[in-house]
Amino acid sequence: MVTCSINGRSVCVPEGTTILEAARSADIQVPHLCYLKGLNEIAACRVCCVEVEGERAMVTACNTPVREGMVVHTNSPRARNTRRINVELILSQHDCKCATCVRSGNCRLQAVANDLGILELPYATQLPQGLRKAWTTTFPLYHDYSKCIKCMRCIQVCDKIQSLNIWDLAGTGGRTTIDVSGNRVIKDADCSLCGQCITHCPTGGLRERDDTQKAFRALSREDKITVVQVAPAVRTAWGEAFGLTREEATMERLAATLRRLGFRYVFDTNFAADLTIMEEGNEFLHRLKAGDLKQWPMFTSCCPGWVRFLKSQYPELTGQLSTAKSPQQMFGSVTKSWFAEKLGVEPERLYCVSVMPCVAKKAESELPTMATEHGPDVDLVLTTRELIRMIRADKLDPSRIPEEPLDDPMGVHTGAGVIFGATGGVMEAALRTAAYVLTGENPEPDAFRAVRTGPGLREATYEVAGIPVRCAVVSGLGNARKLIEQLKAGRAHYDFVEVMACPGGCVGGGGQPIPPEEEELYGVRGQRLYDLDRSSAMRFSHENPQVQVLYREYLGEPLGQRSEELLHTDHLAWEMPH
Amino acid sequence: MSRLSIETPGRAQTVLQGLYVDMERRISASQPGLCPVDMSLNFLRLCHAQTCGKCVPCRVGLSQLAVLIERVLDRDATLETVDLIESTAQVIADSADCAIGYEAAHMVLRGVRGFREDYEEHVLHGRCICGLSQPVPCVVTCPAHVDVPGYVALIREGRYQDAVRLIRKDNPFPSVCGYVCEHPCEGQCRRRMVDDAVNICGLKRFAVDHAGVVDPPERAPDTGKQVAVIGGGPGGLTAAYYLSLMGHQVTVYEQRPKLGGMLRYGIPDYRLPQEVLDRDIDHILSTGVRVHTGVSIGSDLTMEEIQRGYDAVYIAIGAHTDKKLGLEGEDAENVISAVEFLRSIGEGEVMDFTGKQVCVIGGGNVSMDATRTALRLGAERVTCVYRRRVEDMTALAEEIEEAMAEGCQILPLQAPARIEVDGSGKVAALWTRPQIIGPYGADGRPKPRDAAVREFRIPCDYVIVAIGQAIEARPFETIGVTTHRGAIQADLTSAVPGVHNVFAGGDAVSGPATVIRAVAAGKVAAANIDNYLGFDHKIRCDVEIPPAHLTSTPPCGRVNLRNRDLRTCKGDFTLVKEGMSLEEAQQESSRCLRCDHFGYGIFKGGREREW
Repeated sequence: MVTCSINGRSVCVPEGTTILEAARSADIQVPHLCYLKGLNEIAACRVCCVEVEGERAMVTACNTPVREGMVVHTNSPRARNTRRINVELILSQHDCKCATCVRSGNCRLQAVANDLGILELPYATQLPQGLRKAWTTTFPLYHDYSKCIKCMRCIQVCDKIQSLNIWDLAGTGGRTTIDVSGNRVIKDADCSLCGQCITHCPTGGLRERDDTQKAFRALSREDKITVVQVAPAVRTAWGEAFGLTREEATMERLAATLRRLGFRYVFDTNFAADLTIMEEGNEFLHRLKAGDLKQWPMFTSCCPGWVRFLKSQYPELTGQLSTAKSPQQMFGSVTKSWFAEKLGVEPERLYCVSVMPCVAKKAESELPTMATEHGPDVDLVLTTRELIRMIRADKLDPSRIPEEPLDDPMGVHTGAGVIFGATGGVMEAALRTAAYVLTGENPEPDAFRAVRTGPGLREATYEVAGIPVRCAVVSGLGNARKLIEQLKAGRAHYDFVEVMACPGGCVGGGGQPIPPEEEELYGVRGQRLYDLDRSSAMRFSHENPQVQVLYREYLGEPLGQRSEELLHTDHLAWEMPH
Repeated sequence: MSRLSIETPGRAQTVLQGLYVDMERRISASQPGLCPVDMSLNFLRLCHAQTCGKCVPCRVGLSQLAVLIERVLDRDATLETVDLIESTAQVIADSADCAIGYEAAHMVLRGVRGFREDYEEHVLHGRCICGLSQPVPCVVTCPAHVDVPGYVALIREGRYQDAVRLIRKDNPFPSVCGYVCEHPCEGQCRRRMVDDAVNICGLKRFAVDHAGVVDPPERAPDTGKQVAVIGGGPGGLTAAYYLSLMGHQVTVYEQRPKLGGMLRYGIPDYRLPQEVLDRDIDHILSTGVRVHTGVSIGSDLTMEEIQRGYDAVYIAIGAHTDKKLGLEGEDAENVISAVEFLRSIGEGEVMDFTGKQVCVIGGGNVSMDATRTALRLGAERVTCVYRRRVEDMTALAEEIEEAMAEGCQILPLQAPARIEVDGSGKVAALWTRPQIIGPYGADGRPKPRDAAVREFRIPCDYVIVAIGQAIEARPFETIGVTTHRGAIQADLTSAVPGVHNVFAGGDAVSGPATVIRAVAAGKVAAANIDNYLGFDHKIRCDVEIPPAHLTSTPPCGRVNLRNRDLRTCKGDFTLVKEGMSLEEAQQESSRCLRCDHFGYGIFKGGREREW
C-alpha cells in the first residue's frame, strides 16, 4: 500500500494505482477525456494534469502511479489554469455546434467544458475544410473529422480488442487526424462494422449512419404496413436513456412505445432466433454426422460483424459458417413471405424495420443475398440509439406508457431465443434443441450453462445423446482471431464454435446506448437476458408454438426445400474487402 | 558625436542567436517518419522570414510558394498546383537577387522533384506516403533495435545485470558495443532538443563493467535441427546465439585460431581489450554453441559438405581481404594492407617500428586504427595521407582527434601518386599529388582535384594501405551463391536466392560496416532460419522496466568519456578510454527523456517485448 496526499487528504491505495484512480477512491474527481482504463492510458488530452509537489511540470493523473509521500493538488491555480486552457484548445478544433450533435447530452467533452463553465473561446476556430473533412454518407459507419478530438480510443479498441487495426493516425504536424489505416478509404477497408469504436468515442466523432428520418418517412406512408422486430439485446438497454430500470424496461413496454411511434405490427426477433435454432441446430447435427467437422468446426453465422471478419481475415474458412441466415434476416424473409401471405397482401406493401444493438446489421440487410424480387427482406435497420432518438423526437415518456402484448404470430418466443443476445446464448440454445432432436427428450434447460460466463474464450465438451460435442464460445474479434490461430496451428479442435464480434455479445453491441461514464455494461445487460430466460415458461426453441405452426403451414421441415430457400444463404455470394 | 563606436549586440539579438543554435539542434534531432511536404513548407516559412524585402522573387515569390504548398496540404490543390510550385520555384531560383531567395527556392525545388510522389499523394488523396508511426528515436535508429530507454532506466536504478539481460534480448555483444559501437542511437536522441544526446554508449559500458557475469536465458527445448554458421565474427555469433537459444544445435566454423572476427583481428586492444570481447563470446558459447576454429571453407571443408550436413547454413564471413591502390611500387617490401597489419597484431605478432617513418593511406576508422597502432609499435613518425579534407574523413571525429592527440600527423588533400622503392626493393617514400577541394559531386560531398602544385614526396619506411576491404566469396560460389561487385547476394531476409537452406549476411553481403549492423544482420538471419526450419520461437526478456520519472531533468551537460593520461603511447596497448564514475552514470542516465513513455512511445511502438 502507498500513502499519498491529494488535496490535503491522506489517501492509501495499492501500489501501482494511478493518481486518477487514487483520487477517485477518495471521491476526488479529476476531469479527463482520452483516458480509458486499461485500454488508453496515453495522456494525450492533458485534461487530467495535476500538480505534484517537487515536480517541474504538470503531471498527468491518468497514467502516473502514486508514490509514497506524493503530494498532489488537483485544483491548485496552476492545475485549474492548465485544465482550462487545454480544454479550450481542444474546443478550438472541435465543431462545437452541440445543438446538431448526436452526442449532445452524452458527450464527454461537452460535460467537461460545461463543468469548467467555458463560455467563450480565446482561440480561433480551426476546423478541417473541403475534402479534408469528406466522408462517405452511405457507409453505416460515419466519422466526423470536425468532432474528432484525436483521443485515440477508437484506434486502441480496434487494435487491442478487435485486432482489426482499422483506425490510425494520418497526416503529420497540425494536420494529424484519425483516419482509416494504411491510406485506405473505409469502403475498401476490412472493417467488421462492430461499432466498438463508436461506443468508446467520447464525442460525436464516430456514429452510425442516421436512418431515423427514413424510418419516420416510412411510418408516414399510408401505402405501407410497417412491421418492426426488436432484437433480444435491445430490451436490456433501451431503458437506460429514459431512467428505467432493466426490470421496468420490458419488451412489452417497448412494444407499446413502438405502437405510439406508429408501427403497425410489433414482433420479436426472438421468434426468428428460435427459428434459427431449428435450422442451425439441425444443420449442425447433419454436418457433424456427415463428418464435415473433422478438421474445422461449424461457426455460427448470426453475427454479421463476425461474418465480415471471417470473410476478410480468413476467407478460406467462409465455408465453415453455418448457412443459416441471422435471426434478423430470417425474420425479414418470413415476414415478406409467410406473413404477407397470412395478411393477404403483396410483400411490397410490408415495410420491415428492425431494431438492433448493432451497426453491422445495417450492412447485412443491404447485402444482395438478402433480397428477393420483392425488394429487401429487411427494409431498414435502426440501432438501439436511433430508436431512442425517435422516441425522444416524439416526446414519448416510456415510464408512463403501460405495457402491451406483442403481436401474433411472430411475437411469441422462448427463453432460448432471448439469450441470443449474450455471448454463449446461441450455443446454449442450439445444444438444448440438438439434445432434444437426438434423444426425443428435453434436457435440463440449464445443462449447458458452462459456456455462459468466463473469460474471452470458453470451451466445454458436452455429451449429447452419447455423442461428445466439443464446443467453444468466444466474443470480441481479437479473441476470435486467437481461437482461429489455435485451430490453424492444430492446437485446438472443436465441432461447434459460437462467435460474437462485440465483447459480451450483442448486449455490448456497437449500436447500444453509450454509458455516460466509461464503463462496460455487457455484464449486467447479459444477466438480464439470463434472468428473462430463467423466468420464461418455454425454454426450448422447438417448443415455440408459432415456430411449429410456421413449419406446419409453410416451411415443411428444418433444412427442407422451402427452409433452404428462405432461411439459408450463400456467404460466398458477396465480396468483402480483404 | 564620435566618428565610430564599438558595436555590441542587443539583448534581443543575443537571445535570438541562442534560439538559432537550439533550432539547429532541434532540426537535426527530427524523428524519422515526418511528412516531407509539411517540413518543406515550414522550412520555406523560416526562409521567408529571413527575406530583406528588396527583390520581388524572394519577397513575394516565397510567400506565394507557401500558399501553394499549404493548399496541397489542405487538399485544396490539383496536380497543376504542383507544376505551378515547380515553375515558380524555378523562377525564384533563377532570379532572386541573393542567396536568401535563391537557396530557399532551391530547397523547394529539391523537394518537389525529390519527393514529388508525396506532393501528389496529398493532392490526390489528402494523405502522406511517409510512415505513420513515430517510435522511440534511439530504438529505431539502432540497427538491432535494442531497448535503449529500457536499459538506461535500469542503469539509473543500479540494476546493471538486468540492463545487460535486456540488451542481450536484441544484441549478444553488449560489452563490445559498450566499447566500440558507433552509436547511431545517439544521432537523433530527443534529448538533443533540450541540450545534447544522452551518452548511450558510455552508459552501456558502465552497465557491462558493473554487471559481473550474467547467466544466459533458458534455452528452448531441443529441436533436433542442425545449423552451421560460417564465420565467428559478431554477425555469425549473433545468429549462433539466438539460434541456440531457440533450441537448434549450432556449429560455428572459424578460419582463424580464435573467435571474434574483426573485433579481435581488426580492432586494436587499446579500444577493445580482448578480455572484454571474451566476456561476450563466453556468454554466447555458454548456450551450447559448438565451435571449430582454424577451419577454412574451401580448403579444409567444402561448402557442399556443409550444405549437405546441416539443415541450414548462415554465411557470415565478413570482409577480410584488402583492396589495392593500383599504384606503381605497391608490390614493394613494407607496403602492407591495414587489414593484414591489424590482424597480425591481433594474432600476437608484434612488429617493431622503432625509429621508422610510416605512412597510412585512407581516411576511415580502419586507417585511424592502423595509424594509432603504428604509433604504439614505436614509429618515430606516422603520417595519415588522405585525398580529401579532414572534415571529409569517414572516421568518427573522436577517433581522428585522438589519433592527432597521440601524435600522428594528418596530411589531407594529398592523393597517393606512387611508391618510391629503394635499391633493395623496400619502400623509400610515398609520392602524392596535392589536391584542391572543388565543387560538390553527385554524392553530396565536395570532390578533390589535382592542384596546380608539384608532386610531394613523403620519405617513409612503411606504407599501410587502409582504403577498404573486400570479400573472398569464391569457395561459396560452388553451390550457386552469386556475388555482385564483390559482395555476396542475399535478400533483406538474409536468404540466398536460388540456394536452398543457405542464408548470408553481415559485411560479406553489405560491404564493410559496423559491429551493430553485423549484429542486426545476425538477428534477422536467426529469425528467418528459425522460420525456415519450421518454428516460430520468440526471443524475449522478462525484465521489468522501471516506470518513468514524472518530469524530465532540466538542461544538463552530457558526460563524455575521458582518455587516460597518455605520456607516450609507445608500447602501450592498454585501454585508452576511462568509463564513467557511478556519479556520472547516475546523472547521465537521468537525462534520458524516456521516449518509451512520453510522447508517441506510450501509444504505439514504445516497446517490443519479443521478436
